[in-house]
Amino acid sequence: MSAAFDILLCLMILATAGIALFVRGAFAAIAFFIAFGNLLGLAWLALGAVNVALAEIAVGAGVTGVALILACSRLFELGDNLADVRTPLASRLGSAALCLGFTVMLAGVVLTIPPGDRLSKVVAPLLPGLGIENPVTGVLLAFRGYDTLLETFVLLGALVAAWSLTPDASRRLPPTTMVMTDPTSRIVAEAFTRLLAPAALIIAAYLVWVGSDLPGGAFQAGAVLAGALVVATLGGVVVLPRLDSLAARIALMVGPLTFLAIGLAGAALGGRFLAYPDGLEKTLIVTIEYALAISIAAGLALLAIGPPQPMPNNARADAR
Amino acid sequence: MGPEFLAVLQILSLALLAAGVLFYVAGSVGLLRFPDAPSRLHALTKADNVGLGLVSLAAAIYWGEPAIAAKIALVWLFAIISSGMTAQLLARAAPVADGSGSPAEYERESGT
Repeated sequence: MSAAFDILLCLMILATAGIALFVRGAFAAIAFFIAFGNLLGLAWLALGAVNVALAEIAVGAGVTGVALILACSRLFELGDNLADVRTPLASRLGSAALCLGFTVMLAGVVLTIPPGDRLSKVVAPLLPGLGIENPVTGVLLAFRGYDTLLETFVLLGALVAAWSLTPDASRRLPPTTMVMTDPTSRIVAEAFTRLLAPAALIIAAYLVWVGSDLPGGAFQAGAVLAGALVVATLGGVVVLPRLDSLAARIALMVGPLTFLAIGLAGAALGGRFLAYPDGLEKTLIVTIEYALAISIAAGLALLAIGPPQPMPNNARADAR
Repeated sequence: MGPEFLAVLQILSLALLAAGVLFYVAGSVGLLRFPDAPSRLHALTKADNVGLGLVSLAAAIYWGEPAIAAKIALVWLFAIISSGMTAQLLARAAPVADGSGSPAEYERESGT
């Protein structure tokens, strides 16, 4: 990529970030945040980090954007106009100082990294033993398995935190109905789902499968499936599970538990925790990735849509 | 394939890319300048879809591999389908310029 492109991209990222922070009106801020996420994805792409780019665009801009828009329209419905938020000067200055300090530290660390691609020189000779060609997948699921295992529980933790904010009474409510109230809009969303859902399934399965050799993997596949789930919910093709639904909980847990079980089995078979038996590395890694994709999809979709709301939602289709 | 043929392909790809960017700019200008949601959507969905088609074609020719071209075609197809759907939904939900409410509201109120 040429320097002009890089500089222009950096300026656009800084500009969208600035506007998202300082623009009045929550909805405009969200729109610029989504644009910021997409531009950041382009920057990762320009750096050659295709995996990070995919994850940033799908999760950072896509799923987070949906969650923010839903949160915004719910706050509007509750009568909060979101425009007149006065943050005390002290907390503004405090967070500015924290962010600045963090940026300086990060810049210091990044600038001390010697030029040249040392990590890939360390990882590349180890990959043939795994039968996996994508160094990112190799690092995530074999060499740094601990990190990834914990990350899969972070998503669950986020969902539990969101659900724990629900009042006790609404936990037993039927799930929030996300179906569009305007009949023609619902038919459009439903027709789109019937077309999109099978394609999303194939794309997600493909993303996990190529993830062992090319950019892709469980998180990207999970985000694709979560997007399809949200659209399907809008069209009324899929009805969201209740919070106490066993099937939903199995879907949420299957990934982390498969990962944990295979990790413990590695320890039981005489190796270390999260060590894969010789010859089975690729099989086990792909198994973990498929299970993780299911859990990530369920987690992201439920997180984006949120817990049941104890209020009528007639106005929702028009608000969107 | 001789070098002349490759050069012709590169020029063709560049020309398609430039034409695509032109359509994107036109679509964006329409989005900013048109008065209400339906005409803004008209500018966005029509001009941007042509722009995406031209840029996709340029990318497919640039890479020159059937497998990549097929993937780009799929990307283009899904983008067209989803932009058609979102345009429908947005047009039904958005209020029109004279402040008379959205088409969806009109249908609900008049019972059509």
